[in-house]
Amino acid sequence: MSHLIGRALSFKRDGQSILEQIDLHIEAGEMLGLIGPNGAGKSSLLRLLAGVTEADAGTLTLAGKPMNQLTPKSRAQQIAYLPQLTEVAWPMSVERLVSLGRLPHLEDWQQATPEDEAAIEKVIHQTDLTAFRNRPYNTLSGGEQARVQLARALVTEADILLADEPVSALDPAHQLDVMALLHAYVQAGHGVIIVLHDLALAAHYCNRLQLLHQGRTLAEGRADQVLSDHHLEAAYGIAINPPAQQSGHGFALPWRRIEADEKEP
Amino acid sequence: MVNLQQQRLILIICLMLVGAALLSLLTGSTSLPLYAALQQSFSEVDGVYGIILTELRIPRTLVAMVAGASLGLSGAVMQSLLRNPLASPGLVGSASGAALGAVTALYFGLSASFSLALPLGGIGGALLATLTAYLLAGREAGPLTLILAGVAVNAFALAMVSLLLNLAPSPYAVQEIALWMLGSLANISRNELWVMLPGTLIGWLLVWRRGHDLDLLTLGEETAGSMGVELEKLRWRLFIAIGLIVGSAISVTGSIGFIGLMIPHILRPLVGHQPSRLLIPSALGGALLLLLADIGVRTIPLDTEIKVGVITSLLGAPFFLWLILKQRRSGS
Repeated sequence: MSHLIGRALSFKRDGQSILEQIDLHIEAGEMLGLIGPNGAGKSSLLRLLAGVTEADAGTLTLAGKPMNQLTPKSRAQQIAYLPQLTEVAWPMSVERLVSLGRLPHLEDWQQATPEDEAAIEKVIHQTDLTAFRNRPYNTLSGGEQARVQLARALVTEADILLADEPVSALDPAHQLDVMALLHAYVQAGHGVIIVLHDLALAAHYCNRLQLLHQGRTLAEGRADQVLSDHHLEAAYGIAINPPAQQSGHGFALPWRRIEADEKEP
Repeated sequence: MVNLQQQRLILIICLMLVGAALLSLLTGSTSLPLYAALQQSFSEVDGVYGIILTELRIPRTLVAMVAGASLGLSGAVMQSLLRNPLASPGLVGSASGAALGAVTALYFGLSASFSLALPLGGIGGALLATLTAYLLAGREAGPLTLILAGVAVNAFALAMVSLLLNLAPSPYAVQEIALWMLGSLANISRNELWVMLPGTLIGWLLVWRRGHDLDLLTLGEETAGSMGVELEKLRWRLFIAIGLIVGSAISVTGSIGFIGLMIPHILRPLVGHQPSRLLIPSALGGALLLLLADIGVRTIPLDTEIKVGVITSLLGAPFFLWLILKQRRSGS
């Protein structure tokens, strides 16, 4: 049984349809990549799954239970959400910000338990933040801040992690580090849904890809099925190098835009 | 480990508060031999020192501490809730709403015939203004919209206060309202303390245990929502709390500004900027500041007593300026 299942999810904003009839599921031990051009509805879909907004139609179930029957706290213990942009209001230290990720597990009056401390310690080490742990968040570089946010989401140890473009602010080396961390998280039996713009990273790390275009699912499946020349031209209007049918392993390097006059009729 | 920092801060402010409270009991136009006054307070025979202590100085000191704590706490709550270091009870209209409610009670002479009219007017005004700001901003408003709504409510409440002053039936009424607006702890009796306590305690209880929610709001409303914070419930709860707390305090003391802005700001770096750890120190710090200001008022050798609200504003205005300059430097 899938852990998180969305069926026929639709969402409108100001009367305009953002998502239409989206089906989606994620198992434990699996990384699902959400790809698609800007404005395709990837972030909106992630927000629905995180419980930040409500779908106008469709159902969401988490471990067999309808999601709207869960308390916000119990949902937060099971689903961690890492939004694209996080503006931190106060210049708290890295360690304290990361420790906020444990609050869904604590009662309103409760201080962090030794178990929480251990989880925080482990994640700070994994995300290579040991040297920064006492630094105020606002003094870190963009890439370091992104790692702190990832650590904050990982430390919840939720069954499902929803990550909205977690690598977009990072250099290639740190991108690989983050993807490796998420891969390890998946190996440990969690599910990850990740929004990615980098098709090569998506093809490399995700077990499955779901390609969104104009609020609908255009294709879903293994990387080599989804990243076909046909789908990429339809969704992004691009050609990749080498062409998907030649490469065979689903690695996609965006190569050039397809001009209007050469598009298939 | 980190808690030690907060506990030490609380301990230090508490010690200063005890010292200030003792000083406050001894300060006034009549110098009070504390031992004799205490002896008289606990004996059957009424003596003038005993009466001054139990009927004037103790209530005045306690009201200063409770009102100051309320203002400091509501500032810390407001800033954390709106994720804005410049937020304060004055900003969302609570303080001016309380002033309007209380001035209305004064204007119609209700406070003369019914002793609870002033506090009830203050609480009612503060609640009404805070809720109006909240409803004006709409269900899913961001902090900025809320602050703008607060500014609108503020402007309206202050305009209404001016209108009432303008239309006041007698010079006496004008003077009463104007002096009340300045904010003072003189002529406080035990009665005022009892009157302000119920609303204050309910408000404090509503804030109780919301620290984690305020911590999570550091990450933004969306992330906090995904981490289990029920934002709308939290806002209702805290706005009602602030209405009760600020209304109760202001209706007894008159308009006292800037404590809610200054205190959380000064203390925030000392608790590592964590909202939940700021609440108790801010309450204690607010109590200390108002008490010290009130002691100052009583020791300044002038024929006319300076009102305590004037002192806090005199401290507050330059503080605000300094804050803006600091913001500009770090913002650019």
